[in-house]
Amino acid sequence: MASTAIHDSAVLHQHDDHGHDQGHHKETFITKYIFSQDHKMIAKQFLITGILMAVVAMILSILFRLQLAWPDESFPLLETFLGEKWAEGGRIKPDFYLAIVTIHGTMMVFFVLTAGLSGTFSNLLIPLQLGARDMASPFLNMISYWLFFVSCVIMMCSFFVESGPASSGWTVYPPLSALPKAISGSGTGMTLWLISMVLFVASALIGALNYISTILNMRTKGMDMWKMPLTIWAFFLTAIVGVLSFPVLVSAVVLLIFDRSFGTSFYLSDIVVAGQILPNQGGSPVLWQHLFWFLGHPEVYIVIMPALGITSEVIATNSRKPIFGYHAMVYSLIGITVLSFIVWGHHMFVTGMNPFLGGVFMITTLIIAVPSAVKTFNYLATIWRGNLRFTPAMLFAIGLVSFFISGGLTGLFLGNAALDINLHDTYFVVAHFHLVMGCAAIFGMLCGVYHWYPKMFGRLLDERLGYIHFWFTFIGAYLVFFPMHFMGIDGVPRRYYAFTEFAFMQEWLTVNVFITWAAIISALAQVAFLWNFFYSIFYGKKSPQNPWDSNTLEWTAPVEHLHGNWPGEIPSVHRWPYDYSKPGHHTDFIPQTTPFSETMSSNLLHDFEGNPESEHIQQEWDKEHASERHNPEQV
Amino acid sequence: MENLQVEDRLNLKAKKFLMWLFIIASFMMFAALTSGFIVYTEGNAERGIKVLLPRAFMYSSVIIILSSVTAHMAYLSANSLQLGKQKLYILLTILLGVAFFYSQFQAWQALYNSGAYFVNYNASQSFIYVFSGAHLLHVIVGLFFLIYALIGAIRTIPQVRNVFRMEVASIFWHFLDILWIYLYVFLLLNQ
Repeated sequence: MASTAIHDSAVLHQHDDHGHDQGHHKETFITKYIFSQDHKMIAKQFLITGILMAVVAMILSILFRLQLAWPDESFPLLETFLGEKWAEGGRIKPDFYLAIVTIHGTMMVFFVLTAGLSGTFSNLLIPLQLGARDMASPFLNMISYWLFFVSCVIMMCSFFVESGPASSGWTVYPPLSALPKAISGSGTGMTLWLISMVLFVASALIGALNYISTILNMRTKGMDMWKMPLTIWAFFLTAIVGVLSFPVLVSAVVLLIFDRSFGTSFYLSDIVVAGQILPNQGGSPVLWQHLFWFLGHPEVYIVIMPALGITSEVIATNSRKPIFGYHAMVYSLIGITVLSFIVWGHHMFVTGMNPFLGGVFMITTLIIAVPSAVKTFNYLATIWRGNLRFTPAMLFAIGLVSFFISGGLTGLFLGNAALDINLHDTYFVVAHFHLVMGCAAIFGMLCGVYHWYPKMFGRLLDERLGYIHFWFTFIGAYLVFFPMHFMGIDGVPRRYYAFTEFAFMQEWLTVNVFITWAAIISALAQVAFLWNFFYSIFYGKKSPQNPWDSNTLEWTAPVEHLHGNWPGEIPSVHRWPYDYSKPGHHTDFIPQTTPFSETMSSNLLHDFEGNPESEHIQQEWDKEHASERHNPEQV
Repeated sequence: MENLQVEDRLNLKAKKFLMWLFIIASFMMFAALTSGFIVYTEGNAERGIKVLLPRAFMYSSVIIILSSVTAHMAYLSANSLQLGKQKLYILLTILLGVAFFYSQFQAWQALYNSGAYFVNYNASQSFIYVFSGAHLLHVIVGLFFLIYALIGAIRTIPQVRNVFRMEVASIFWHFLDILWIYLYVFLLLNQ
């Protein structure tokens, strides 16, 4: 409360300790579009960079799908584009196959679903939904974006070095990643991967610090924590997870760099490369796995939690109903946050871990199903008998819930230490995480793009293209990943180059052809989105101020972007964000800025949180208007 | 005007909070390194520090504790508007910081002479260098914060900002102090 009434007067003061004074009066192209310190512009920068990275990563996935479906066929076109080095005779080479699998994973997990998702929507929505002029430190916010950008550029550069990009999988397990001579992808490409990752972690950390500080310190008047939209809760807890887990990756990466370049033996022991015995002794490759998965597992929640938050908001708005179980939603997010740090061992069941420890990790893993299920049921209960509006954003939100259920269910099997012996490193895992964190998170992100596009660009996206995009992507994604479960149960391992080499895998070749066609079709559907996105920035229909009749604060800000968000005073907040279809009120939404004194006909006693005076006034009013209240037509 | 000052102070509050969060993040990094040490060292009886820690580490500890005291003195003088004293104490802190640097290098030298190299097949010994090296990187950052505060004091920037810079620098510097003591005690316990 006390910390909030302060940003009301002027904005001039945001930057002056950085020497970029008077920024918003004389903005040049560079300060407005490139080195911008405005959170809305930084959000757009994150989003567009994220989308470009997603396109690259998607093209990579189509490349390796081609190889998996037609391992013996030649595609002369590939040689034209990729050159003799990587696609000699029109067939992707094994080295390059491993590289594109690795870079696809890295880009999708870190660049698209961490920076593209959190970076975009935390930056856009935290100040706008909380009623702040900008982030705690706009300058650091800018640094955060540019570190991310440089890290993307470095990762892309690794395609142009002699030995190719990193190829030891997105988890870069040593010893493969620690020995530059082990495979070609462990050479310069791996070094670039590590540099890129360190910059990325710095970017993600700076961003997360900013989000937390802004949420805790810069809420507008009346916006206590329990009046925050669920999006903000999700971003807040995501940032906390990031602050606690990303530094651990830095530690792991630093040790790996020493092993690679200085000859230490943190991770290396008893290794023979090409008939030569290496001197390194005493290292423990399992140490990397511990450190990596201490980040790696929370990372998947960093990916999914913002998507869940966005979905909560969109589903409530488009069901015209309050979110079901607001407090339960928050507590389950908190539960996921805490539990995410004590489950990392379930990635390591088959590393020779003490079976007792495996049992412990199994139990903590299975407990995560509880808060996840609470969230799922709450989404369904919110939709239940709602006055549904199937906007593209709503469809993507429902899509997220669908993927979260079907992908989450298989998590119960993988989280079981005994079953994991069979399923580990098979296509079952690929299917599981692509559904539950890949598709679900990307659908959350797309849902956010469709919903907040008017806020970002002041224009509306074309709905028809949105529907085409949704249905092809939704059905396509299921057709791609559902069959993979069966391949995994049959024991088909992931990351293999060709299915023709092993007799038992050959029968899956036809399934692979099917999956690849489904992947191609869903990739083509993204063209509809890309066209829609970039075309509408310039030529889309102009958006009204509050296109979705939504309650949250960002829709009270003018459509034209101002540096400082609101022209006059920042609006203060009087109620929670989910007063949709409140009985007794004449519209089906009541914005957070509407005081209770203007909505006497719909107030309930528990709205006043035990304030006796307000309750008394309300009771008096209710008595006076008792006859009208029974007949809502007259209200 | 008054309003702007209030706004200023509260924006600075959010920025100061960033420093606390940064401390948490960097503590997590060291927690990871020290946990890594435990996981590694427990894995095999042949691993472990197995040398006496150099005396220089003890001198370093004394130096950094002293520097923490001077940092606090600088903060107190900044608060009571004694700019001359503030500058003097910041300078002292910076000098002690540099001395700490030197002392750590001496310690590395001593470790090297006793055969505990960085490139080592008993990585427990490499870890000593990693701990102190990562800490030294933080000390460099801390020195920048101190210099930033010193420049503020020399240029006589507004008091709210001067105190802010001083506070951020001294919070971080105390953290460096506590962090080093944690690392040193951790190493002593595992000696």
